Amino acid sequence: MSDTILEAPATGDQPVVFDNPVDEVTAALKERFTEFVADDTRPGYGGLVVSADKIVEVAEALRDDLGFNYLSSVTGVDLIEEDKMEVVYHAYSIDKGGDAMVLKVQVDRDNPVVPSLTPTYPGADFQEREAWDLLGIRFEGHPDLRRILTWDGFHGHPLRKDWKEPFFEEEAKPFGSRWPAGEVFRAEEKNVYGKNVQYPEGWAPSGAEYEAETDSYAGITYSRESTPGLKTEKVTVNMGPQHPSTHGVFRMALTLDGETIVGLKPVMGYLHRNHEKIGERNTFIQNIPYTDRLDYISSMSNNLGYVLGVEKLMEAEVPERAEWIRILMAELTRISNHLWALGFLLNDMGALQTPMIYYYIERELILDLFEATAGSRMMCNYMRFGGVAYDLPDQVRDQPVMDFLHDLVYDRLPRVLHQGDELVTGNEIVRARGIGYGYLSAEDAIAFSAAGPLLRASGVPYDVRRANPYSYYEHLDFDVAVRYNGDIYDRYLIRIDEMQQSLRILEQVLPHLKATEGASIIGSKPQYALRMPNAGEAYGRVENPKGELGYYMTAKRRSANPERYHVRAPSFINLTALEKMCMGHKVADVVAILGSIDIVLGEVDR
Amino acid sequence: MYGLGVLKGMAVTMKHFVATYMDDIHWLSRGGRYYNDNALQVRQSTKGKGVVTVFYPEEKLPVPERFRFVPFLVTDELEAGQQWGHDWCTSCGICAKVCPPQCIWIERGKQPNGRPKPEPEKFFIDIDICMNCGLCAEFCPFDAIKMDHDYELASYDRTTAHIHDKERLSKPISYWRSIAPKRADAELAAREFTQLSKSKKKSRGRDAGDEPEQEERIEAAKLRQLQYQGVLY
Amino acid sequence: MTTTPNGNGATSEIEVPDELANSVVITSIAKLLDPIYNWSRRNSLWPLGFGLACCAIEMICTAASRFDISRFGMEVFRASPRQADLMIVSGTVTKKMAPIIVRLYNQMAEPRYVLSMGACASGGGPFKEGYNVVDGIDKFLPVDVYVPGCPPTPQALVNGLIAMQEKIDQQSIATAPWYRKSDPGADLLPVPLLGPDLVDVRQLDLIRKEAAAANERIEAEAAAVEASA
Repeated sequence: MSDTILEAPATGDQPVVFDNPVDEVTAALKERFTEFVADDTRPGYGGLVVSADKIVEVAEALRDDLGFNYLSSVTGVDLIEEDKMEVVYHAYSIDKGGDAMVLKVQVDRDNPVVPSLTPTYPGADFQEREAWDLLGIRFEGHPDLRRILTWDGFHGHPLRKDWKEPFFEEEAKPFGSRWPAGEVFRAEEKNVYGKNVQYPEGWAPSGAEYEAETDSYAGITYSRESTPGLKTEKVTVNMGPQHPSTHGVFRMALTLDGETIVGLKPVMGYLHRNHEKIGERNTFIQNIPYTDRLDYISSMSNNLGYVLGVEKLMEAEVPERAEWIRILMAELTRISNHLWALGFLLNDMGALQTPMIYYYIERELILDLFEATAGSRMMCNYMRFGGVAYDLPDQVRDQPVMDFLHDLVYDRLPRVLHQGDELVTGNEIVRARGIGYGYLSAEDAIAFSAAGPLLRASGVPYDVRRANPYSYYEHLDFDVAVRYNGDIYDRYLIRIDEMQQSLRILEQVLPHLKATEGASIIGSKPQYALRMPNAGEAYGRVENPKGELGYYMTAKRRSANPERYHVRAPSFINLTALEKMCMGHKVADVVAILGSIDIVLGEVDR
Repeated sequence: MYGLGVLKGMAVTMKHFVATYMDDIHWLSRGGRYYNDNALQVRQSTKGKGVVTVFYPEEKLPVPERFRFVPFLVTDELEAGQQWGHDWCTSCGICAKVCPPQCIWIERGKQPNGRPKPEPEKFFIDIDICMNCGLCAEFCPFDAIKMDHDYELASYDRTTAHIHDKERLSKPISYWRSIAPKRADAELAAREFTQLSKSKKKSRGRDAGDEPEQEERIEAAKLRQLQYQGVLY
Repeated sequence: MTTTPNGNGATSEIEVPDELANSVVITSIAKLLDPIYNWSRRNSLWPLGFGLACCAIEMICTAASRFDISRFGMEVFRASPRQADLMIVSGTVTKKMAPIIVRLYNQMAEPRYVLSMGACASGGGPFKEGYNVVDGIDKFLPVDVYVPGCPPTPQALVNGLIAMQEKIDQQSIATAPWYRKSDPGADLLPVPLLGPDLVDVRQLDLIRKEAAAANERIEAEAAAVEASA
């Protein structure tokens, strides 16, 4: 069995990159919905502004007739100056690749109602709930429009520009209180409650009306229907947020019929750290270390996606060596993430800790490189606009850096892949628990906007590195790993395939690193207070180890802070498909299925 | 055969088990596998074999030069009788402005006549907010704030121990030199280089031919700066 | 004349004749048992297997191959709080999560310890200004050891765990929190509630007072508007 893994992975038809399919589609849409679509004419902005009542029709036309069948991201934007709320949709063509078709809907800010796209694209489900939760945009026709990141009963919609948090100091950083007369204070001292809380004016609790327990189960009811034949009752079981195999503070409310899953509601927000609200206050450079903490297992790639977005906005040039270093770091991150993910997946499947501990030996070596290069094992804060922060170090541990990389790429990493393969791939238990469980068909994967290994394990060869290449990926020779069965076992295998492809890329990158030694690593001197030269919007996306990571940001001219900053988090959107994958399986399979999606809560909840 | 996969896996585990003992024997005549700095370096590098455990606190994994934990302020060397050295910080406020979570508070010093003095009166860092990102050190134009390597900061009380004031933050330049010798050298070279080019600009025309020695030094400094480009601005 | 604390925390005074002063040690059973008791507790601290955020990854790395906290008898990560002695609060505590953490703490058997790992758990960290972040778990739980850093490296965490062991060494069997024999609910920490914001039930009086003041202000403003009209 293991032999099949070591062969070159099966590759599907590679998507051909057209010059720009978006232009074609834009023209077609304009022709078909003449009165209802218009170009976004704000300087620096693009895409089509669609009138709210036609958005469902336009989306259906996009999906069925024009080939843009993959709705990647739904972003709510508060345009407080124009007194409007905007929803931005990014749709892609799975077959043709290329840029996003950007659709926008603008509605009245006081009563923002937009027709829901969830029936058309089920992948919009959680994203629309998020926009409702954080911005108060109501999606008509959404099957289950509840708060998702905060809790039911939370006061206000925090991402609105006029909503202030308890420790609010100023609209934008840097805060004036820090310098030149910075007298240290704890934010708690300035809040009457001494804590990070605030209540609606005049709100007085009796103390008894809030039962946290019932609150967190809202929307899930204990059902007494019985199945025909055998007399059983459905039971709702809570799993998480403190659970050894939910990969963090993730929670699921399972509806069970005996041992069988008949309903699953993910409950999240237990790690909602207000990334976007803080990000809109930060200056552009201050956001880089915050992106480290999104998907905290692959911080280098998070950095990369963010700086790509900002570079689009400011039109920065990146020197050659910096690009190679970026690819080196991104691919090492992919390997380190997949080693982590596989360790946990196998842990969930019963191979308790042994594979994990073996994988981590090599993962630690990658972290050593990150630590020697960027200064921190996990929170690298390494990419800068127009380059990277530091050149590669002279040494990692006691070895010269190129020797270290050579050993890593040609010896240690292939060895750990081979060893892991020997250890578990053929293992009867892993096969028995993996094959046929958690099935997701290709159509469903696209409909649910699944991304990354989850999408490709279902037989859809879509990889941002190929479909919409960034950095130097178009010059590199690698295959998009695809598996066709869409079950847990294939998701295990595809991660091994991807690591092998990453090694292939790394083998090509090393000579370039050697050749460009001593060359410049940053285009221009980074400024601590970058002023954005152009107004406009940008969407930077990368193929993160977990899937497509996108950063949507808008900025005014000469502004130091982004106006709107939104993260399209692959883990978050991949979870949309979880219920579908778990239906009909047993409770014990849920943890394995969840493990095979590979979520990170920092990114799910942001 | 059913069960073959399991047996194969067991063989891998066995290999790991044996490898450690083989490595033990290898190090037997070389000072032992444990509590031996040389052995630790090899064990943790790509050449390592067998168990990789670091026996902290008896043996500590050395941290690289660029390692960053909480920041500290660089001062001049202490002279006899001095409690702490002269600050390099000019209270320009760049670190406070670039700090992403805004954990730096600086009160700018004042001269008796009320004009600002290039020296901080007070300097606070709340390490409960600090995210160890290193942007302050990266953007400081005077090399006055650096990221410390001391990670052993566990405490029993945060209210008293976790807001570092100027006294707690100040450390002499020799400390920075001891934890990051290469970077300290490169920074010194870069400072000298800028100083030289400044004085050169001033004296240009007056004495036409610079001594070749000085030219060489400038070249060397340039090279080093290139090497550490991104570290120094 | 020697004074020594006895097992009950009170001091007893026993007179020792001068000629015996060098050969007599006055102690108590508690004092003799302390080292044994502390030794056994410090070397089998079972942490609650409970990761919150980024720091949890470093916590797992600490438990994994390279740093291996089983050297301290701590590798037994328990999924159930009933079996755990040590809660490592590893990461950002959000308001949505705070009630659950307090509940987990209440479910842990005594003696129990809390280690706050990283800047976020200690004081909110870089996310402190956020609307959904609790500015330090010590607002709700008694924390024994703080480990600064964002995130603390595995070695820094081990350093914190050693500090925890040192703290345990200082404890006395007589005064250490023990399995409570009195009213089982008496020592439970109040679980915060999720209202329009996180509600600390110990602060209800303050919240009502503030609300009343706000209401008065609103009424006064309304009255002023009316008067001016």
